[in-house]
Amino acid sequence: MSARITRGDVEHVARLARLELTDEEIELFTGQLGDILEHAADIEALDVGDIAPTSHPLPIVNVFRTDEVVPSLDRDEVLGQAPVAESGQFRVPPVLGEEP
Amino acid sequence: MSALDIAAAVRSGERRATDVLDEHLARIEAGDGDIHAFNLVTADAAREEAEAVDAAVARGDDPGPLAGVPVALKDNMCTRGIPTTCSSKVLEGWRPPYDATVVTRLRAAGAVAVGKTNLDEFAMGSSTENSAFGPTHNPRDLTRVPGGSSGGTAASVAADFTPLGIGSDTGGSIRQPAAFCGVVGMKPTYGAVSRYGLIAFASSLDQIGPFASSVADAAAMFDVIAGPDPRDSTSIRDYAPNASSVLDRGVAGLRVGVIRELSGGAGTVDGLSADVLARTQEAVDALAAAGATVEEISVPSATLGLSAYYLVAPAEASSNLARYDGVRYGLRVDAPTTGEMNTASRTAGFGPEVKRRIMLGTYALSAGYYDAFYGKALKVRTMMLREFAEAYEKVDVLVTPTAPTTAFPLGERTADPMTMYVNDVCTIPSNLTGHPGISVPFGIGEDGLPVGVQVLAPALGDELTFQVASVLEAAAAGGAS
Amino acid sequence: MTDFFAAAATDDTPIEPSLPDGWELVVGLEVHVELDTATKLFCGCANQFGSEPNTNICPTCLGLPGSLPVMNESAVELAMRLGRALGCDVNRSVMARKNYFYPDMPKDFQTTQYDQPTNSDGRVVLGDGFVVGIERAHIEEDTGKSTHVGGGGRINDAEYSLVDYNRAGVPLVEIVSRPDVRTIDHAKAYVEELRGILLATGVSDARMEEGSMRVDANVSVRPHGSAELRTRCEIKNINSVRSLGRAIEYEARRHIDLWTNDGAPDQETRHWDEEGGRTTSGRSKEDADDYRYFQEPDLVPLEPSAETVAAIDAAMPPLPAARRAALLEASGADASAVGIVVERGQDGLAMAAIEAGAEPEKVVTRLVNDLAVDDWSKVEGEAFAELIRMESAGELSATQAKQILGDLVEQGGDPAEHAASRGFEAMDTGELESLVDQLIADHPEEWARFTGSDDGDRKKMQGFFTGQIMKATKGQADGKAVAQLLAQKSS
Repeated sequence: MSARITRGDVEHVARLARLELTDEEIELFTGQLGDILEHAADIEALDVGDIAPTSHPLPIVNVFRTDEVVPSLDRDEVLGQAPVAESGQFRVPPVLGEEP
Repeated sequence: MSALDIAAAVRSGERRATDVLDEHLARIEAGDGDIHAFNLVTADAAREEAEAVDAAVARGDDPGPLAGVPVALKDNMCTRGIPTTCSSKVLEGWRPPYDATVVTRLRAAGAVAVGKTNLDEFAMGSSTENSAFGPTHNPRDLTRVPGGSSGGTAASVAADFTPLGIGSDTGGSIRQPAAFCGVVGMKPTYGAVSRYGLIAFASSLDQIGPFASSVADAAAMFDVIAGPDPRDSTSIRDYAPNASSVLDRGVAGLRVGVIRELSGGAGTVDGLSADVLARTQEAVDALAAAGATVEEISVPSATLGLSAYYLVAPAEASSNLARYDGVRYGLRVDAPTTGEMNTASRTAGFGPEVKRRIMLGTYALSAGYYDAFYGKALKVRTMMLREFAEAYEKVDVLVTPTAPTTAFPLGERTADPMTMYVNDVCTIPSNLTGHPGISVPFGIGEDGLPVGVQVLAPALGDELTFQVASVLEAAAAGGAS
Repeated sequence: MTDFFAAAATDDTPIEPSLPDGWELVVGLEVHVELDTATKLFCGCANQFGSEPNTNICPTCLGLPGSLPVMNESAVELAMRLGRALGCDVNRSVMARKNYFYPDMPKDFQTTQYDQPTNSDGRVVLGDGFVVGIERAHIEEDTGKSTHVGGGGRINDAEYSLVDYNRAGVPLVEIVSRPDVRTIDHAKAYVEELRGILLATGVSDARMEEGSMRVDANVSVRPHGSAELRTRCEIKNINSVRSLGRAIEYEARRHIDLWTNDGAPDQETRHWDEEGGRTTSGRSKEDADDYRYFQEPDLVPLEPSAETVAAIDAAMPPLPAARRAALLEASGADASAVGIVVERGQDGLAMAAIEAGAEPEKVVTRLVNDLAVDDWSKVEGEAFAELIRMESAGELSATQAKQILGDLVEQGGDPAEHAASRGFEAMDTGELESLVDQLIADHPEEWARFTGSDDGDRKKMQGFFTGQIMKATKGQADGKAVAQLLAQKSS
């Protein structure tokens, strides 16, 4: 069984998930996530060797759409929902760093 | 008045859809202050829809099988121009520019959507207490939870605010609240109902289904919403079930299995209450009395469902909920950079249970843990599919309790997530396998609260679940304790 | 993700001449190409470059809550066609989610392929026979585009950014090469060759300047003869084949500098600065690379049948390498000229002209020198062959031939008819001779220099007399006939 989740793990995961946690929340989640994962130990310990993973209960493959243009949304309706819009675009604060 | 009776009266011109609507709106107005089934009542939009139905009747057109029937929509179904919140601050005020496929289909069938019902934030919970807008109360006992996450819809139907309601079920979120509120709730085969426009919690588990006061009403609603949708790649092609047509077939000669691990037998899961188990046994006896054969079946991996579920669902959720970043819609909390704005918006917008599951899912997918957790959980799904397939070689349907207990008091389980999660132990397996399941009220517990019994069938066995539920419904009405 | 196994240099391994002695360059290339479909990968919005911002958007490509993707059949077909053109195996494949936050990515994950890509294990053979291995060519969606406002448009100094999602969800194939390339010329040739394959197969219009083809280079260096793989950097924002060469050279030198001064490069993504001619560190350090890939549950696996793949193979148009070989054999022209003709897609015309009886080498030379135009579709092989014949026979001067070729490009048709309507007729030899005689009489000094012993003078004066004749005949005289007359008169 893997080691119990640490405070450091919780802090790292929070950064990946873009959540800011208070000290109390980090403490709480470290405990709670630990409990949940401990419960999952029955799965972790399982020998599932060559069993294939399932992500859909039915063996559906090759679902396609034909390559035909359908009308897009009205821009004003979409931008009307934006927190901040400018010149037909979504405005955001400065972006630090390039796309990976 | 049942949904089918209303539809018949409206179609024949005997009643006007607008009058039906007014009557139900008045009940909501009078009763929802205590219950809080609705996040939003859309009286004006509903009146327009009802008027359209009446106009169709006046023209001599048939408005459809659900003509003039008021329906409640769980507030995770997208409705064009109407706020859709998922009971989350992160989406407060958002008006989708499109309708979910189920919404379109209900409207085409003549149903009248009266509002958006409360849920656990992003459907994560079993009590509807994790709502940013306050909990929903169980109409059977206002001090109790209605179950969740579709607690608002369950309460709306139980309180007779609407004859029909739409919920979504990721780990039991239709069936468990149906059981707690004493109504019928059904989770279809994964892919039977389009998920287009359902705000995703866990994509490979989510399925939309009906709530109603009777099996026949639920079947009528299911028949309207089921069927392939080219907008949902996972929807099943060429599948057009007609549950309404099988309700009177009975269960004579049908083979009914009882899952040992979910019925108090050897190796059973903890926490199943004695009276729930007793009602379940009575339901099985009723089926036997109606001509079914009964057999005990072992599905060992059924007990692994909870662990697998609490890895798969949060993992998918962590990814599905990444998009709530303050850029395109919903809540934005200002900050100097986009990265900080993302974090500030998400931190302010999500409640504690959603954060907990995002954290859990992110962890389960992260480097070094994928194989141990998420990867393993997907393989457990395969094991469960195999074991259930074996079970369904021996029997046609399986019967289990829907939930381990009756509705519990508000606030009782909010402190410890694990005690809340075990609520889903009987419903989760069919989400992981994608199989259909229905919860039908069957008697009451020692506390006087309703008990639900669950009927499970293999993939594409949706009609069969209604067929068996119909027999249980009749038995419960006949020998109600 | 790239399998960075590479063997030690052998005697055949090319050496990059621009680097200091003793160092070997190791380059792998990741090329993203936008597929030439009508619609996006997962929705029916137009896949169109240059639209007004945020006009080709819908719930799906905007990642709105509740929206779902549905796979574009043409995109998959094009991706498989490209895979087969690169000699790849086409596999059962699944889409996966690559999770990271970025404002131009509407779902904050990219739908791509991870451990089960559509195409794997192919190769590209360059003009000189050098082979670049292809690890995979997988399907994925493009992101939107941000404009950085203020701070000179630079990302890190901007006051704010504006996001346009028209490009979000446009279908891409990412072609990942093995780290086989050892010289800058091969890196460039590889990109040119890919471009030729993309155009030949109709998979993409492959325009680097419009971003429909984007090249990232994974660069590392090592002591020559070593088999080790040292830290690599991924260079992004390379906008032309020329920049690719400059960026690789800069980056390789930067690595060599670090290694020879007791340092080491960090493994990172770097940004090519075209103006400054250098690479700069790209991402902020706080971002952790943990993409949490998992299978996309909203899409189902792609499982092409053997028949589907066979049909793609059967419909495969001839690829540049085969076309070069064919034209080389048919024309006997030199390889670089043949390469240009094939790159321009004029090899079909060349083959038709050769078939119609034109001198093969002349066909290639004429095409390379005189037909560098965008649209030559009206020129027919037989007409082109006839034009070359008329010029060789002296029926048209070189200048006239060029004019007629212009007519063919614009109007098509028959060169003899164009010649007739322009009034080009072979000049009577007698007429030409009297003109030459007159010129000699008018310019005795020049004639003396022409007939003198100075070879340089002779050449200059030949030019003078020919020029005068052309002026007098408005370019209609045949240059060869003039030269012959001048030679006769001086002997």
